[in-house]
Amino acid sequence: MKHAAIFFHYISQYMKTRLTYRVDMLMEIMSDLLFQAVNLIFILVVFGHTQLLSGWSRDEIIFIYGFFLVPFAIFGAFFNIWDFNERYIVKGEMDRILTRPVHSLFQIILERMELESLFGMITGLAVMIYAGSRLDLSISWYDPFVFLIMVIGGAFVYAGIFVLLASISFWSDSRTSIIPMMYNIGNYGRYPVDIYNKVIRFILTWILPFAFVGVYPSAYFLGREDWYGYAFLTPVVGFAFFALSVFVWNIGVTKYRGAGN
Amino acid sequence: MAKYIEMIRIRFLMMLAYRTNYYSGILIYSINIGAYYFLWSAIYGDKGEIEGLSVVQMTTYIAVAWMARAFYFNNIDREIAQEIKEGKVAVEFIRPYHYLTMKTMQGLGEGIFRLGFFSVPGMVIVSLIFPISFSATLSTWLFFMVSIIFSFIVNTQINLLTGVLTFFFFNNDGLIRAKRVVIDLFSGLLLPISFYPGWAQNFMDFLPFQAISYIPSMIFTDGFTQPEIWDALMFQVVWALLLIIPIQLLWVAAKKQLIVQGG
Repeated sequence: MKHAAIFFHYISQYMKTRLTYRVDMLMEIMSDLLFQAVNLIFILVVFGHTQLLSGWSRDEIIFIYGFFLVPFAIFGAFFNIWDFNERYIVKGEMDRILTRPVHSLFQIILERMELESLFGMITGLAVMIYAGSRLDLSISWYDPFVFLIMVIGGAFVYAGIFVLLASISFWSDSRTSIIPMMYNIGNYGRYPVDIYNKVIRFILTWILPFAFVGVYPSAYFLGREDWYGYAFLTPVVGFAFFALSVFVWNIGVTKYRGAGN
Repeated sequence: MAKYIEMIRIRFLMMLAYRTNYYSGILIYSINIGAYYFLWSAIYGDKGEIEGLSVVQMTTYIAVAWMARAFYFNNIDREIAQEIKEGKVAVEFIRPYHYLTMKTMQGLGEGIFRLGFFSVPGMVIVSLIFPISFSATLSTWLFFMVSIIFSFIVNTQINLLTGVLTFFFFNNDGLIRAKRVVIDLFSGLLLPISFYPGWAQNFMDFLPFQAISYIPSMIFTDGFTQPEIWDALMFQVVWALLLIIPIQLLWVAAKKQLIVQGG
């Protein structure tokens, strides 16, 4: 209860600060939208030249992209910890975090929220509805619930990977470029993994499981039964990775020595 | 002139001091090139060529487009916006140089650094991993070099435009981000312009963006015939000259309405 109350307090504070620069906020939402449109345009243009991509049709690829946007939006809104090393470790801000009464990771999530990312969910849903209606997908009564679980699983996959990477900073505070690299690797998950070679497919499934954010869960909704096994693993992998990352984070916090200052 | 060359030198040395950051940059670009390589291989399937480009040419196109990006890309729009916000720009105004020229030279220093320490080694590494064909004709290389100089000029001019707009908007991070996305799409970095449907191509002929990535990359992959190359270079030159006009106009207007928020 206490956590929820703090969460909503932070949200209302956040809204106030953002609404001070309305034009800029609008521009940011627009540029996010533009960014999502670019990827969509890419798919549309490419399918002007081919019918199938390794056996996947245009609308299926669009559907996968639409699905991907939803967990990615949630991740972007709450796990904005790509600059954790610089902001919290190097500048010593972590000292302040540790004096706060809630869990350190939760506190950081609260401080680094970027709620305008959530607009990506709307785009994602719209894209999915567009592609889904063209594919004549049938929806059962339980599908919305499956969707919810898959989305949470996918967001946790992303969150898990990035929290793990942020935790590295507790041991080594030298600057690395692993995190921007990871954003680029994440893009691989937006397309069916069978277009990649075996090694990359294995990595995307078990080591950096970005495939569980896009293709695998989408395969369930697209009725690709041979992929159902992977599809249903989505929440398992998501929770496992997130749990692992929180575990590593907690160990990391005990190793934190402060920047001295 | 000497002071501007000094600017290039200083920025180059500054970048040199932080060169380790760049090795990971090469890896990031390689990851991107890899993603598009697999994607395009799947798109080509068993097609021999699409829009006159074979799959090897396409891979080369992507590789060179990304590696050339390391040369023409810079953050001077962000830097200008930052200096305006912090009020530092007031001091810049009284210094004995033209602020925008100085920014361009800093960008050039960065570009030259990345060309030597990023693009060239990056291209070598990428060519070991992916099937990439290098042109054997000397003229292709010469045209390419001329062409990337102009892609630097056009891209920098667009950056100056967005940067100077901060004088009027005060906080334009959103615009800067939007500009970056537009350039990625319309410059031909992600998709060769010739892949777009006809109406979109006609529309883009009226915009400067393809001068940034599409033209040098097509020259490099031998995707253009000789007359097409001349046309394309003319396109770059014309835009490089045309863009001076709005920059000058905005600059004059900006100086008049400068508000220093701090500093």
